[in-house]
Amino acid sequence: MFPKGTKRKFADGEEAAPSEAPGPTAARALSSAYSLQRQSLLDMSLIKLQLCHMLVEPNLCRSVLIANTVRQIQEEMTQDGTWQIMTQALSQCPSDRLVASEVLCRQDPASQSPKPVPAALEQTLQEESYQEEVVMEEDSHAAPSPQLSGAPYLGPFSSSWDEEEEAEDEEEDSEESVSEPEEESRTEQVFGTFEIKQPPADPALEELFSDVDPSYYDLDTVLMQSPKMGPYDLLESLSHSPALSSTASCRSDLNELDHIMEIIVGS
Amino acid sequence: MGEDAESPKINHTFLRDYVTEADVISTVEFNQTGDLLATGDKGGRVVIFQRETESKGDFEEVGDTGDSGEYNVYSTFQSHEPDFDYLKSLEIEEKINKIRWLPQQNAAHFLLSTNDKTIKLWKVSERDKRPEGYNLKDEEGRLKDISTITSLQVPVLKPTDLMVEVRPRRVFANGHTYHVNSISVNSDGETYLSADDLRINMWHLGITDRSFNIVDIKPANMEDLTEVITASEFHPHHCHLFVYSSSKGTLRLCDMRASALCDKHAKLYEEPEDPGSRSFFSEIISSVSDVKFSHSGRYMLTRDYLTAKVWDLHMDKGPVETYQVHEYLRSKLCSLYENDCIFDKFECVWNSSDSVIMTGAYNSFFRMFDRETGRGVTLEAWRESSKPRAVLRTRRVYTGGKRRRGDVGVDSLDFTKKILHMAWHPAENIIAIAATNNLYIFQDRVNPDAHTQ
Repeated sequence: MFPKGTKRKFADGEEAAPSEAPGPTAARALSSAYSLQRQSLLDMSLIKLQLCHMLVEPNLCRSVLIANTVRQIQEEMTQDGTWQIMTQALSQCPSDRLVASEVLCRQDPASQSPKPVPAALEQTLQEESYQEEVVMEEDSHAAPSPQLSGAPYLGPFSSSWDEEEEAEDEEEDSEESVSEPEEESRTEQVFGTFEIKQPPADPALEELFSDVDPSYYDLDTVLMQSPKMGPYDLLESLSHSPALSSTASCRSDLNELDHIMEIIVGS
Repeated sequence: MGEDAESPKINHTFLRDYVTEADVISTVEFNQTGDLLATGDKGGRVVIFQRETESKGDFEEVGDTGDSGEYNVYSTFQSHEPDFDYLKSLEIEEKINKIRWLPQQNAAHFLLSTNDKTIKLWKVSERDKRPEGYNLKDEEGRLKDISTITSLQVPVLKPTDLMVEVRPRRVFANGHTYHVNSISVNSDGETYLSADDLRINMWHLGITDRSFNIVDIKPANMEDLTEVITASEFHPHHCHLFVYSSSKGTLRLCDMRASALCDKHAKLYEEPEDPGSRSFFSEIISSVSDVKFSHSGRYMLTRDYLTAKVWDLHMDKGPVETYQVHEYLRSKLCSLYENDCIFDKFECVWNSSDSVIMTGAYNSFFRMFDRETGRGVTLEAWRESSKPRAVLRTRRVYTGGKRRRGDVGVDSLDFTKKILHMAWHPAENIIAIAATNNLYIFQDRVNPDAHTQ
């Protein structure tokens, strides 16, 4: 089924993609798409953790569950070796521009049929141009109802393309991404909140990484020099490795992030 | 608050129902006799309903049970106010997380209500007499001019209109650093437990300035935190036993006789994970949102995101029964994760004979499962389809196969209409369902009946 031989943790009970061409290209695209989805889930989780700085004390159970999910993704990425690749890829690209990222589970309003979106994208305008680029194996068997389609081979993950109930999110087609290394400090900050009040998250990301593992710190310094990549450069790098091309957000963009997050989270 | 008939809504065909946040019901609980039903809401208010008794009427039929079954508002009071934690610069919500009634010992009723931080004991008493004929005070309570008093009289109790008084009797504060999710009154009638995310305390009902910490799962380093307590309850008969559930889907039965700090469980209940269905969401959907002992004390009922499970206290290897509440959501977990619905905490309840279990779902649906047959039924708590005295019809979510009229598609489900809180009368087939800001009370008569309030 997956000639690339990558260990699959999602044993899909449903029928897997029967019409997938079992070629090396397809397999590579599959695993790339899977990694993109996983990356997006990671982004989403990190954003959720970020939102914890509200007026009322956040729900500890929810934060713990999200943090565990983040750890799980991290572990898997480390096992796959993609973690290393990601850090390396980022270390080669300097940039100081914010790269938006599309969050998983959101249907692109421009297209009716759901399509997986790369983890890191340019701002809204260029987004649509990506749609065709990413190889969409799962689209070939999009369910009759667009809402119920998905990537069956990813098992429960497949629901990513179902956004019937997220009508308000359809307006939102760009997303600032959250960099990886934030998660560790986020976790700290989230749980730390319950101990003693920490100063509100300083948008200056250096502070966030002050007590993070060295490995994360490397990623962070790398991210600070975000790549000045064009959209197609991004995709090429993605096809090689599910690199997180998102860059650390700039101070001014965090307001945007908050705004976007408000919309996503809903009321 | 529970009387939606008094608050006509805007034509919601075109507009979403505009619900005042403070009116959202956050807990429902019958007392031990079922005559009283208490609801708590996000605004910190408690509304107590009392069941009407026909015996108060002019006639009684032979063989009549005596209860017309209608619940009317008995008393309303503000239990908790919003607060502010100055140390953390965070607000403390006044939302009532749980209400538990104490067993009745005299004419008054007592209940415990809690928000995130503080538990309060309230005394609910009736007054239908008042003393009249004071010597020093006149009828309005003003002091009399002593020179006008020429004789002494003994004050007499005269009947008056029924008044329900609610007074706070105890305030159990500063016991919790984290958010209280459960309270449970012990069968000994003297103590109760309160559980937050990381700790469980045991209190004596008469002592407010100290409590015993009986469970503490806080790690030395908060970064190592991976599991929290989600619910806890005392055993209905054994005053030394209690159970608590975790976010990892485990149950721990603890025996307070073993040690003062029950960090070490007496029994750990855990279902082995099915490696085939593992996903990034496995842990989240395994998190237990509610745990309830059966009335017999022999079983425990738990609710996780997709299922309700019955556990035998003697069997820790796994549940003895598993009921699918809304399995059709399994393929939508990612969306539900994004909109946070996956973190919704549904409650579950037993019926009086432990033969039926009930839990809530989305789209104003709730599910009942008959343990003997294993069959489940879907019902709806929705104003439009429930007229007073109307028979509740069963609903169905369409998941494939032959589509029947009235079936609801998975994509049409309204995830904002969640049935999280509910209660079952301790003796009869009467259920109270909280649907956002509305309270529905359904009864089962000889001919299945239902009415809304």
